[in-house]
Amino acid sequence: MLLALAATALVALALLSDLIVPRVEDLWGRFRAGRRRAPTWSYDPGRERRAEQRARTLLRSCVNEEEWAMYRDLGFLRVWGTLADGPDDVGGTGGAPYAYLIYPHRPILAYLAQTHRLLNEYCVTFPDETRPYGSSRLPDSDDVLAKWMALTGDERRLISTANMHLPGRQLDPAQIRRDLWRLSQWERARMRQLAGGDGPDRPADRQSAA
Amino acid sequence: MIAEGDIERAEDEQRLIEEFRRQLDAGLWAAVPVSGTEGRRESIMVRSFDDIPWDADRVIFFPRAAGGR
Repeated sequence: MLLALAATALVALALLSDLIVPRVEDLWGRFRAGRRRAPTWSYDPGRERRAEQRARTLLRSCVNEEEWAMYRDLGFLRVWGTLADGPDDVGGTGGAPYAYLIYPHRPILAYLAQTHRLLNEYCVTFPDETRPYGSSRLPDSDDVLAKWMALTGDERRLISTANMHLPGRQLDPAQIRRDLWRLSQWERARMRQLAGGDGPDRPADRQSAA
Repeated sequence: MIAEGDIERAEDEQRLIEEFRRQLDAGLWAAVPVSGTEGRRESIMVRSFDDIPWDADRVIFFPRAAGGR
């Protein structure tokens, strides 16, 4: 009787082994994983904010007062182009003044200063391969500063490094025109203030208000 | 801040040169912000220590540009 039961149990085990073995392996794997220390990443919610604050301080120390105020109030920088006939891939500006808008982590946009005709988008990144906090993405203001330095230091090299696209690929042309309108309004207000000798009457610093 | 010193002191200058080379060897670009015409600010890209203007008070290193999407 006992022998018959044992034989039956062995047969049953053999038949069920396909189901049981994977489960046992899975349980054993979970048990071992649970005993190992999982890598801990102490998330610091203020780290990005502090990095951005440092980046803003550095940017402010590099650009002039007007450019800093522009970035602080409008969220972008305008840099005048210096090539006699515009960027190489534009097909010539006929000597008309042109400029670039620099946004954080967005393409650089070239446009004609007088007509506001949009010329090109230049997609460029500055990946920080040291990945100090696990990402190669620079803080916003560091990205703006890198673009500003590269553009004012060697415009032709930066433009040739960037991937060029027609306007509208990433930046909404309607938004750009609104930004150019905001910029012209901002400049008028600023000129009035300077002419009137008033102190700066500006919105609160977006960063410190955040 | 990576390094600071007075380039008129030989040991400081040597240390600054070594650090400058180390940063460029790591693939970074270097630029010096300067005052341009009409109060505008601009930067000078520097590729060697000798390119740094004598009166520059700092050099900023930043990642090399790459074409983005």
